Amino acid sequence: MGASAETLTGKPAPGGKGQVRTFFRRLRNGDEIAHIFTLVFALTILLLACLLVYELYAHSAVSRHKFGWSFLLSRSWDPVLERFGALPFIYGTIVTSVIALLIAVPLGVGGAIFLAEFAPTKMSDGLTFIVELLAAVPSVIFGLLGIFIIIPIMRESVDPFLQSHFGWLPLFQGPVYGVGFLTAGVVLSIMIVPFILSISREVLLAVPAEQREAALALGATRWESTWQAVVPYARVGILGSIFLALARALGETMAVTMVIGGTPSISSSLFAPGYSIASVIADQFTEATGQAYLQSLIELGLALFVLTIILNGLARLLILATTKRGTAH
Amino acid sequence: MEDEALGKPPQARSAKIQVSHLDFYYGSVQALYNVSLAVPQNQITALIGPSGCGKSTFLRTLNRMSETVRHTSVEGEILLDGENIFSVDLVALRRRVGMVFQRPNPFPKTVFDNVAYGLRVNGGTRGAALADAVEASLRRAALWDEIKDKLHKSAYALSGGQQQRLCIARALAVNPEVLLLDEPCSALDPISTAKIEELMFTLQENCTLVIVTHSMQQAARVSSHTGFFLLGRLLEFNETNILFKRPGRKETEDYITGRFG
Ligand SMILES: Nc1ncnc2c1ncn2[C@@H]1O[C@H](COP(=O)(O)OP(=O)(O)OP(=O)(O)O)[C@@H](O)[C@H]1O
Ligand SMILES: [Mg+2]
Repeated sequence: MGASAETLTGKPAPGGKGQVRTFFRRLRNGDEIAHIFTLVFALTILLLACLLVYELYAHSAVSRHKFGWSFLLSRSWDPVLERFGALPFIYGTIVTSVIALLIAVPLGVGGAIFLAEFAPTKMSDGLTFIVELLAAVPSVIFGLLGIFIIIPIMRESVDPFLQSHFGWLPLFQGPVYGVGFLTAGVVLSIMIVPFILSISREVLLAVPAEQREAALALGATRWESTWQAVVPYARVGILGSIFLALARALGETMAVTMVIGGTPSISSSLFAPGYSIASVIADQFTEATGQAYLQSLIELGLALFVLTIILNGLARLLILATTKRGTAH
Repeated sequence: MEDEALGKPPQARSAKIQVSHLDFYYGSVQALYNVSLAVPQNQITALIGPSGCGKSTFLRTLNRMSETVRHTSVEGEILLDGENIFSVDLVALRRRVGMVFQRPNPFPKTVFDNVAYGLRVNGGTRGAALADAVEASLRRAALWDEIKDKLHKSAYALSGGQQQRLCIARALAVNPEVLLLDEPCSALDPISTAKIEELMFTLQENCTLVIVTHSMQQAARVSSHTGFFLLGRLLEFNETNILFKRPGRKETEDYITGRFG
C-alpha cells in the first residue's frame, strides 16, 4: 500500500524493479514492517475464525443432512433412537444468560456508579481490586461455590420464598430441586458482575469533569448530575461492558454444567433443571457414540457460535439506535 | 493592608458579589491568598493573570464549584446580594450563578435537550412553555437563526463556536443573575470569539458577568473592570481603562505589556 502510494505520488517508478526498491527502502523505516506485521496478525485472527466455523460446519454434515432446520426446533434429545434437537439447549443458554444479566446489570452498574462517583478514592480502588480478582477465579471454583453454597441457599431459602410470594407466576411454580435454570443464572451472575463493574467504573471515571460540572452549574443535585450527565455520557461504554458479560455468560461451560441439572428439558419454571449448549457439549462429547450423536454436538457448537453472533449484532444495533441522536461517540 | 483600596473600585455601582479575605486551599497547598474584590452589578468584570495564578480557582469559588474537587477548603466571605453564599442552599446558589467552561461541554443530547436541561432539572417548565424558553435562550445567545433547523440533532454536530454559544444558551435558560465564564473563547476562532464578545455586551443588561481571559485585548474590549492575579493574590483591581492605561503596580504593567516572564 505505502510503496505503491509512493510511486503514485512521487516520480513514476520505472516498472516493478523501482517499486521493489522503494518498498525495501521503506522497509528500513519500520513503517512497512509495522504494516506487514499488523496485517498478518489481523489476517491470522480472521483466518482462525473462518477455520473454526468451517470445521464446525464440515463436521456437522451428517447431523445437518439428517435433521435439517428442524434440528433447531426439535425438543428431543435421544441418543438411543438417535433423534437430536437443539431447542432445550438454546432455551437453557438464553434463559440462564438472561437471568444472569437481570441480576448482574443492576449490581454491576450500580456498584460502578457508587465506586466511581461516591466512594472515597481509597475505598474505591481497594474494592475494585478485590472485584477484579474475582474475574480471575477459574470457573470450576465458581461451580464448587455453586454446589456447596448457592444450591443449598436456593433450595432452602430463595426458591421457597419466591414460590410463596410470586408463585402465581408460572416462572416460580413446580418442585424445587436446588439445581436448575435459576441457580445457574445466579452463579453466572456472580461470574459476570466483575466484568460489568470494573469496566463500567473505568468508563465512568473517564467522563470529563466538565460534564458533571455543567449539570451542577445548572442547579442539578449531585445525584442528578451523576444520573443525567455522567452516566449518559458513559452509556456506550457501559453497554459494551454488558455485552462482554453476556458473551461470557453465553459461553460459560464448567460452572453452569455443575449447577444446571443436566436435563434437556424446556420448562416454564425457573426451578426446573435444564441444560445449556456449552455444558451439554462438555458433558457428552467424550461419551458420544455414533456419527449422528457426535455431529449433533458439533452442530450445537455451531448454533452457539451463531447465537453469539446474532446477540452481538443485536447489541450493536441497540447501541446504534440509542446513540443516533446526541452522543459523544 | 492594601486590599481596603482593592475592595471598593472607584465609582462602583452596587456590588453584586462582595468577596472579602478569601483564602483557598487544595489540600495543604494554598492557591488563593486574601483575595478581596467587589464585582459590580450588570457589568463585565475581567480577571487576567499568568497561567496557574488562581483565576479559575477564584471563579469557581463564586458558585462553589470548587467544592467538587476533593480535599479543598476555603476561608473568608463571599456575599451575593449581601447574602453569604456559604450559608445558602447550594442548588439554589448555582441556579443564580451560572457557569460557562473553557472548552465547550454540551451534554451528549440533542440541541433542544441541552438547553432544556436546566429548566427540566429545576422542575416545572414543560411542553410549549419549555419550547418557548429554549427558543428565547437560543435567541439571547444569538444562535437561534443558525441552528433552528437542528434543534433535534446531536449537539456534537455543531461547530466549536456554536457549541460554546449553545453552552451559554444552556446557562442562560435558567435566568442566572451572574454568569461566570472561564476562558470561554480560548478554543475558538476570531469570528466565534467576536460573536461571543458581542453576546456578552448584550447580556450585561440583565446579568452580571465575570470572565477569565488570557487575552489582554479581550479584557480591554469587553470589561468595565479588570482584576490582575499573580501567584494566588489579587494584585490590582480597577476600572479596565485605568488598569490598562495607568497600571498601579509594576507587575501589572509588565504583564499587560508582555514583559512578564
Ligand atoms: N484540582 C486541583 N488540585 C490541586 N491543585 C490545583 C487544582 N487545580 C488547580 N490547582 C493549583 O492551583 C493553582 C491555581 O490554579 P488555577 O487553575 O486556578 O490557575 P489559573 O489561573 O486558572 O491558570 P490557567 O490560566 O492556566 O487556567 C495552580 O498552582 C494549580 O496547580
Ligand atoms: Mg484556568
